[in-house]
Amino acid sequence: MSTTENVLSVRDLKVSFKLADGQVDAVRGVNFDVASGETVAIVGESGSGKSQTVMSLMGLLASNGRASGEALYRGEDLLRLSPRKLNRIRGDKITMIFQEPMSSLDPLYRIGRQIAEPMIHHGGLSPKAARAKALELLKLVRIPNAERRLDAYPHEMSGGQRQRVMIAMALANDPDILIADEPTTALDVTIQAEILRLLKDLQNRLGMAIVFITHDLGIVRRFADRVYVMRAGEVVEQGAVSEIFVRPQHPYTKMLLAAEPEGHKEPVPDTAPVLLQGRGVSVSFKIKEGFFGKNSFELKAVDNLSLTLRQGQTIGIVGESGSGKSTLGRALLRLISSRGEIIFEGQDLTGADLRRDRPLRRQLQIVFQDPYGSLSPRLTVGQIITEGLLVHEPELSRKERDRRAVEALKEVQLDPAMRNRYPHEFSGGQRQRIAIARAMILKPKVLVLDEPTSALDRSVQKEIVDLLRKLQREHNLSYLFISHDLSVVRALADTVIVMKEGKVVEEGLTEDVFARPQKDYTKELMAAAFMSQEARREAEREAASAKEAEAS
Amino acid sequence: MLSYVLRRLATAIPTLFVIITISFFLMRVAPGGPFNLERPLEAKVMENLNRIYHLNEPLWRQYLLYLSNLLHGDLGPSFVYRDFSVGDLFAAGLPVSIQLGASALTLALIIGTVLGSIAALKQNSTIDYLVVGVATFGITIPPFVIAPVLSLIFGVSLGWLPAGGWGNGALPNKILPIVTLALPQIAIVARLIRGAMIEALRSDHVRTVRAYGLPTRVVVMVHALRAAILPVVSYLGPAAAALLTGSIVVETIFGIPGVGRYFVQAALNRDYTLVMGTVVVVSIFVVVFNMIVDLVYAWLDPRVRYD
Amino acid sequence: MSITEEPITLDEPTISGRSLWQDALVRLRRNKAAMTSLFILVVMAVASLVGPLVWPHPYDRVYSEYVRVPASLEAYPHEERIVPEMERSLSRARVDVASVEVEGDKVRAEITDDDEVDPRITRYVDRSDLFSNAKIAETSADGRSAVLEADVARLYFIAGTDGNGRDLLARIFMAIRISLAIGLLATVVALMIGVAYGATAGYLGGRVDNVMMRLVDVLYSLPFIFFVILLVVFFGRNFVLMFIAVGAIEWLDMARIVRGQTLSLKRREFVEAAEALGVSNAGIVRRHIIPNVLGPVAVYMTLLVPKVILLESFLSFLGLGVQEPLTSLGVLISEGAKNMQGASWLLLYPSIALALILFSLNFIGDGLRDALDPKDR
Repeated sequence: MSTTENVLSVRDLKVSFKLADGQVDAVRGVNFDVASGETVAIVGESGSGKSQTVMSLMGLLASNGRASGEALYRGEDLLRLSPRKLNRIRGDKITMIFQEPMSSLDPLYRIGRQIAEPMIHHGGLSPKAARAKALELLKLVRIPNAERRLDAYPHEMSGGQRQRVMIAMALANDPDILIADEPTTALDVTIQAEILRLLKDLQNRLGMAIVFITHDLGIVRRFADRVYVMRAGEVVEQGAVSEIFVRPQHPYTKMLLAAEPEGHKEPVPDTAPVLLQGRGVSVSFKIKEGFFGKNSFELKAVDNLSLTLRQGQTIGIVGESGSGKSTLGRALLRLISSRGEIIFEGQDLTGADLRRDRPLRRQLQIVFQDPYGSLSPRLTVGQIITEGLLVHEPELSRKERDRRAVEALKEVQLDPAMRNRYPHEFSGGQRQRIAIARAMILKPKVLVLDEPTSALDRSVQKEIVDLLRKLQREHNLSYLFISHDLSVVRALADTVIVMKEGKVVEEGLTEDVFARPQKDYTKELMAAAFMSQEARREAEREAASAKEAEAS
Repeated sequence: MLSYVLRRLATAIPTLFVIITISFFLMRVAPGGPFNLERPLEAKVMENLNRIYHLNEPLWRQYLLYLSNLLHGDLGPSFVYRDFSVGDLFAAGLPVSIQLGASALTLALIIGTVLGSIAALKQNSTIDYLVVGVATFGITIPPFVIAPVLSLIFGVSLGWLPAGGWGNGALPNKILPIVTLALPQIAIVARLIRGAMIEALRSDHVRTVRAYGLPTRVVVMVHALRAAILPVVSYLGPAAAALLTGSIVVETIFGIPGVGRYFVQAALNRDYTLVMGTVVVVSIFVVVFNMIVDLVYAWLDPRVRYD
Repeated sequence: MSITEEPITLDEPTISGRSLWQDALVRLRRNKAAMTSLFILVVMAVASLVGPLVWPHPYDRVYSEYVRVPASLEAYPHEERIVPEMERSLSRARVDVASVEVEGDKVRAEITDDDEVDPRITRYVDRSDLFSNAKIAETSADGRSAVLEADVARLYFIAGTDGNGRDLLARIFMAIRISLAIGLLATVVALMIGVAYGATAGYLGGRVDNVMMRLVDVLYSLPFIFFVILLVVFFGRNFVLMFIAVGAIEWLDMARIVRGQTLSLKRREFVEAAEALGVSNAGIVRRHIIPNVLGPVAVYMTLLVPKVILLESFLSFLGLGVQEPLTSLGVLISEGAKNMQGASWLLLYPSIALALILFSLNFIGDGLRDALDPKDR
C-alpha cells in the first residue's frame, strides 16, 4: 500500500473540548495516512474519538472544540487553513457523508437543489448544468425515478434513499477523499448492505480514497484495506485488514474481535410447561390523515400471529424496523390492546381488567431498548428498582425493600452502594443492568427483552448477553428476545421467528433457520447481517491455512 | 390551496359568531347604558333615543337585528359620536392605525432579524450579550413607559420631533409612535431569531452544507435563516393583527386619531355598537392574519401540508 | 462493576447521587444574571413588606404643603420656606406677625392681635405639615401680643411626593406589594387551572384530549383582553376580579405546555415500564409524570409573573386598575406620565421599580430554563 502517495497524512492530532467543569480530551495525538484510492477504516466504540478526528479535519468541531497537530492534504495543513481556503477543499476535494440520513439534508429545499449547490459553488457550473449533473448522479447512486426524485423534498424519501442522495452529493465534484462517518448505522441491515455495495462499486469506478468511520468490525473486514483501531482518543493498533483480523496484537483489538456474541442455546424439551401463548394476535393502529380524519386507514402492525413460549425457552423475534416485532412484545404484555387470545399459565388475559391483571403483571416483565429513556430521570436507582415491590408487595418495610434492592443490584453485578444515585450518573450498559434489576426484583417467569442490546457497544453488549444467560440459567426464565441483530439472536435464542410487515415470514429452531433459511427474505437478511461473521470465518480460514503453510 | 383558504374561512365563521355573541350579551348584562349621563335626560327624550336605537325592544331581537345588519356590512351608528356610524369611524381611523402598525412591523422584522442573526452567529460574545440585554429591556419596559419617555426626550427636551399630535400624517409626527410600537417587537423578533438560529446552526443539515464548503454567507442566509424564520412567522400572525388595529397606549399618549383608542372609550361610555364594531374588526384581522401566516409557513416549510 | 461478596448488612454503605434538581440548582447558582436578579427581587419583596412598617410616611397620608416636591435626600422644609409658611399659617389665624425667627429646629413668632391672643390659634400652625407642637410661649401683660413657638417638622421625601402630596416611596412600596401579589395570585390561578386541564387532556388522550384542546383553540382566538376590559369596566375595578380574569386568560398557555409535556412523557419508556410493573394510573402520574413536568412549569411560572404584572400595569394605565388610595406600579406610572413635564421623578422611580421587577423575573426564568434544560452538555 505504501507505494502510492499519501493524499492525507495526519500527525499528532489532538482534539479537546472546553466544558463548564473542565477540559475533555477527545483525541490525544493520532497519526494516520490515507493513500490515494485506498479505503482506510477507523474503528472504535462510542467515545473513542473516531468521529471527532474527522470532524476536526473538516473544520466541523463544535464551537468549544480545539484541534492541534497537523493534517496535510496535498501539502496543505487543513487545521491551519483560513476558512476561505478550507472551503475551497471541503465539499470539493474532500467530501463527507454522515450517520444521520434523516437529518443531514435540509428539510426545506428540494434535493436536486441541494446536490447542485456544491457543484455551482466549487465547479462554477450554471444552475442548469448542475441540475443535469445532479440527475446523472442520482442515476449513478441508483435512485429509481431519478427525474421525479430530483424535485422531491428529503422527507418524501426513505432513510436509505437519503443516504444515496448524500453519496450523490459527495461524488459531485470528483473528490480525492470521501469521509463516511458511520454511514450505515442508522439503516436496516438489508439497506446497509446495499449502501456498502454501492460505495464499493463507486470507488472502483471513480477511484477516490475512502475514510470509513465505524464501530462494526464486520464492515471493516469486507470493505477496508487498512484499519486504525481507536480507543479513548488514541490509536491502539493499525495495519492491513488482513493482518489485524488474523493476528491482532493489542488486547483491545482482540477483545473487539471476540466481542461478537457467541455460543448457542439448546432447545427446551417439548414437555416443558407452556407459560405464554398467543393465538391469532393482531394489533392495528388507526392512522388519521387529512382534515377530520377523512383519509384514515388501519395499519396492521401485527397481523394474526401465534406463538407458544415454554418455560426456560428463548424465542428470538427478528425483523427490520416497521416489522411489528416491538408491537408484538407490547401486545403480549397487554401494554397495548390487541385482538386474538393471549393466555398465560392457562388464564386468558384478553379482556382482563388491570385490577385482576395486576398479580399477573409481576410474572411478565419487560426490558426496553433505550437505556436512557427507560429509567425515570428524577428517581434514584433504588426507587426505580423497588417500584414494582410497592405495587406487588406493599406490606414490605422500607428496610426490607432496601435489602431486596441490594440483592437485585448484586444479581445484575452492580455495586449496591450506588443505589442512591440517579440514572444519569450511569453508563448505557449499567443502566441496562438497572432496567434488568427492576424486572428481576419481582421474580418474573417471562421477560420480554425489546432490543436490550441494540443501543450498546459490542463489548458491553457481550456482557449483557452473558448476564441474561446467567439469569435464565439460575431462574429458569423464559425470554421473548426482540432484536434486529441476528448475531445476538443466534447466540441467545433457541427458537426464532422472522417477521416482516406484521406477519411471520419464517419460524423454527434457531439452528435450522440460520443454517438453512427457506424464504428469500430470511436469506437476504442473513446475508446482510452476517457479512461480519463470514468475514471473520474467512479470516480464520486464511489464518489456519497460513499456519498450515508455515507448518509445512 | 384555494380550497384550503375557503375551508379556513368557513371554520373561522363559527369562531367569529361565538365572539360576537359573548361580547354582545356580556355588554348588555352590565349596568348602565349609553344615555345614562351625569345629567339625566328628560324621560321623553330618553324614550325617543331608545326607540331610534331599538333599545326598547327585547334583547334577543336587538341581537338578531345586529347580526342581520352585520351580514349586510352595517356596523350600526355610534351611540356617543352621534353624527358618525361605526363604519365611518373605522374608515377614518383604520388607515392611520394600519399605516403606523405596518411601518412598525416592517421595522421590527428587519432590525430584529439582523440583530438576532448577529447575536446567534457570535453566540456568547459581547455583542450577543448586548443584543440579549437590549432585547430583554425591550420586552420588559412597557410601551406606556417608553412612549412618554421618548416624547419627553425627543419632543420636549431636545425638541427634534413633535412631542405628540398627528399633524395630518406628517413624517416627523409618525417617527416616535412607530419607534414605540416597534421596540418591543424588535426585541421579540430578535430573541426568537437568535434562539432558532442557534438551533439551526447546530443542526445536522447546516453541518452538511458547511462540510460541503459553501461560504458562510450561503450557509447563514440560505440554510440557517430560513429555518430560523419559521418561529417568527408563527408569532407574526397575532402580532400583526394586534399592531395593525392600533395601540391604545401609543394613540393616547401621542394623540393619534387611530382606532386603538375606541375600545376603552366606547366601553366606558357604553357605546354598544362601537364596542361590538371594534371586536368584530379585530377578530377579522386575527382570523385573516392567522390564515396568512399558515399559508406563508406552508410555503416556507414543505413538510407542512394544507390539509 | 465489582461484585461484593460479603454478606448483606442492612446498613449497607451508600453513595448519594446528585439528582437532576440538585444539578439544576448548581447550574443556576453559577448563573450570575439569575442570582443577581433573585437577590434584587428578594430585596424588593422584603422592602415592600417591611418598608411600610418602618417608613415614617403612610402611603395614603396627604401632605398638602408638600405637593409634588422633588426627590431629595435633604429634609423638608427647606429653610427659606419656613418663615413664609409660618406667616401664612398665622395670617389664616388672623393675627399680625411682628417677626419670625428660626433657630435650629425651632421657630419663634412674635404675634400681636387686636384682641387678646386666643391660645387656640396654635391649631392653625399645627395644621401645617411643616410644624408641630405649637404653643404660646410668652404672653404680654395685656394679652394682645405673644410669642408662639413651634417645632419644625423635618420630613424626608427621598423619592419626592405625588400630585396629592403623598410620599412617593411609601406609595412605591405599596405598589410593589400589590403588583407582586396580583402577579403571584393570577399565576397561581393560571397554574391550577392549566396544570389540571393540561394533565387531564394529555394523560387521558384520545377523543377527550381532542375535545379539550379544541376548546382551548377556540378560547385562544377570542380577544380576551377585550373581555377583561369589558369585565373591569362593567363590574367595577376589583382587585380579586382582576387577577381571576387575568389568571383565566393565562391558563391557556399553561394547559398547552402541560399537555404537550404529558403526552411526550406518556410515550417515554419509563412510563411504559411502570405500566408493565402494574403501577396504577395515579401512581404513574404522581411518581413519573408530575416530577418531570415540574421543570417546564416552574420556568413558565417565573415568566408568567412578569407578564401578569405587565398586564395589570396596562389596565391600571388605562385607568382600569386598582382604586385609590391603593395603588400599583401601573397606576403610579400612568400618573407619572401625566406629570412628566416638571415632575419627572413621578415617572422615573415607579418605572425603575417596575423595570427591576420585570427584568429580575425574566432573568430568573431564563436562568431556570437554562439550568433545567442544559442543551450544551
